[in-house]
Amino acid sequence: MSSTLEISNLHVSIDEKEIVKGLSLTIKSGEIHAVMGPNGTGKSTLSKAVAGHPDYKITEGDILLDGKSILEMEPDERARAGLFLAFQYPSEIPGVSIANFLRAAVQAHMGESEELDATAYYKRLYQKMDLLKIDRKFTSRSVNEGFSGGEKKRCEILQMAMLEPKIAMMDETDSGLDIDALKIVAAGVNELRGPNLGVMLITHYQRLLNYIVPDYVHVMWDGRIVKSGDKSLALELESKGYEWVKKELVTA
Amino acid sequence: MEETNTTLIAPDAATENPVSGIDQTAGNFSYDVKYEFDAGSGLSERVVEYISSVKKEAPWIREFRLKALKTFLSKPLPTHWATKDLEAIDFSKIRYYLSSGQKPKRTWDEVPADIKKTFERLGIPEQERKFLAGVEAQFDSEAAYSNVKEAVSKQGVIFLNSSEALREHPEIFRPWFGKVIPTGDNKFSALNSAVFSGGSFIYVPPGIKVSHPLQAYFRINAENFGQFERTLIIVDEGSEVTYMEGCTAPKFSTSTLHSAVVELVALKGAKIQYITVQNWASNVFNLVTKRGLAHEAAEIKWIDCNIGSRLTMKYPGVVLKGRKSRGEVISIALANDGQHQDTGAKMIHAADETTSNIVAKSISVGQGRSTYRGLVHIPKHLKGCKNNTECDALLINTNSRTDTYPAITVRGAENRCQHEASVSKVNEEQIFYMRQRGLTEGQAMSLSVNGFINDLARQFPMEYSVELKRLIDLQMEGSVG
Repeated sequence: MSSTLEISNLHVSIDEKEIVKGLSLTIKSGEIHAVMGPNGTGKSTLSKAVAGHPDYKITEGDILLDGKSILEMEPDERARAGLFLAFQYPSEIPGVSIANFLRAAVQAHMGESEELDATAYYKRLYQKMDLLKIDRKFTSRSVNEGFSGGEKKRCEILQMAMLEPKIAMMDETDSGLDIDALKIVAAGVNELRGPNLGVMLITHYQRLLNYIVPDYVHVMWDGRIVKSGDKSLALELESKGYEWVKKELVTA
Repeated sequence: MEETNTTLIAPDAATENPVSGIDQTAGNFSYDVKYEFDAGSGLSERVVEYISSVKKEAPWIREFRLKALKTFLSKPLPTHWATKDLEAIDFSKIRYYLSSGQKPKRTWDEVPADIKKTFERLGIPEQERKFLAGVEAQFDSEAAYSNVKEAVSKQGVIFLNSSEALREHPEIFRPWFGKVIPTGDNKFSALNSAVFSGGSFIYVPPGIKVSHPLQAYFRINAENFGQFERTLIIVDEGSEVTYMEGCTAPKFSTSTLHSAVVELVALKGAKIQYITVQNWASNVFNLVTKRGLAHEAAEIKWIDCNIGSRLTMKYPGVVLKGRKSRGEVISIALANDGQHQDTGAKMIHAADETTSNIVAKSISVGQGRSTYRGLVHIPKHLKGCKNNTECDALLINTNSRTDTYPAITVRGAENRCQHEASVSKVNEEQIFYMRQRGLTEGQAMSLSVNGFINDLARQFPMEYSVELKRLIDLQMEGSVG
């Protein structure tokens, strides 16, 4: 089943300050789009705004999922419609186990008519945990509480694997990870990769893209996408640095 | 039921509301016309003597009651430290004794819709709903609990209500009755001592681990869920028992004042665990005195959950009289609009190497108010004593309120105490995170709140903790949007 996320001339502000200044981007199922850019350029803001974070105001433009605008939809409605955000800084939920949390989330996605089958659920959960090399004992741990950076990121991918979104936005999934953790996370994402999943991969560094090879690369600067290309663009960016982008823009 | 006084006293024709002291907003009810015993409303020597004679009590109990009445009348309301809301209690309008024939009741149709909804959500069995809602005066617990009752009595456990126990086994119960909580402890223990009725009196012989948790449900009848229950549990050397009272379902009450007294005695090496889940209707003043006396190497643990009532004042305590004894209070309180949960704990260390632990978590929703009062007393002549206190408050809305009054006195170079307190609001980012996973705002709030009390809720027996979780979900739903 093919899905499309279309971000059209989006303007996003927080506390009266405009961060995203007219950004357009279309992501289809089966495609991986890397979005790169220096700090402060609006990458996280973009993903949070698409997810429906209440602090971010959309002042202009539209976001369409499968042709339908989602601007009036609550964050949980957007999630149930197939949108997933792997957070850069996932929240801790003390006293709520991963097993229970995911169960509630999976049930929420199933809607009121269907009842979750506990056996099937646990079977699938363990399968994904094994894949992501997360110790099965983690099911009883409180979500993200006391987790290392790598554990938190793997937990995000686990949730993504269990919820099977149509479009996933991954916000700096590689930040704070050493090379081994990075490989595991990348392997997890690559497992999920397929014709039913569209991915927006937000990253600061090229390194992640060696493991999760993108179909398209976009460079963000000052709240807009200023350059797009294929995976070779990422390599060019790596060798020339963000200053090159800035110079190109000024001379353009 | 004995009937000695057959004088019928008709209700005051001029009064539209024959059963005084009842808040009309609690739901409609009809009055059963069989007037067997009517002590009338208001409190006086005549009422107390009446109660005692109806119960055919021994003279010493009658004297005990009358003395208590004098103490009650002489004490002022403790409004110099407690809420002024206590002044709303009209003692003259309350009926202090009702026999089962007099209990007002209502038809199922008259039960408010939100009460029915709560029963549904909590999964309360059909049979119990009618009893809890005040539609039926009795609940036939025989079938459900006869096996347990048999097993427990085979172990030699005595389990009776207060009147039966004092009549049939005074040699066991009289020595301890009124010793853990003296009549004059406070105004409401004095009130209870004057008009007590119902409650559970339990004795466990030495060396017995009681096979099943004992429940107030075993002895259900209207009287045992009355306003002035008196409970006394004596556990002999090396024995263990768990007692459970209350339930998560909202309980219909004809009276606005509930004042129970619970005394626990754990002899050498004994263990008592007392679990309470309170969800009285929102018009009830629930003023309870609970205290345990722990002898050498004994343990007393109070697990207390307060969800209902207009005002609850309750500070379960343990007097650590014997060396190496241990006291614990685990407390969860939820205060919603119009509610004030004023709860806490008291730990009085009176021997060496005694330990106490208090963990109290409160949630204030809407305009609800939670108060924690913790008294810890370790005098300087003791050695090797430890107290640990943790009290955490969670505020859900901006106009919720919480107060903490720790009163800790620890002296002596070889004693230790630790106190941690926190107040937090529900974390916005955490709620957004959960919503991004498909949970509605209400579901996210519930999860967050359940997570907050999780480590305490787990200490309740399973049936309670499942119901507790559902009850909190219901309360949270109402607070959102």
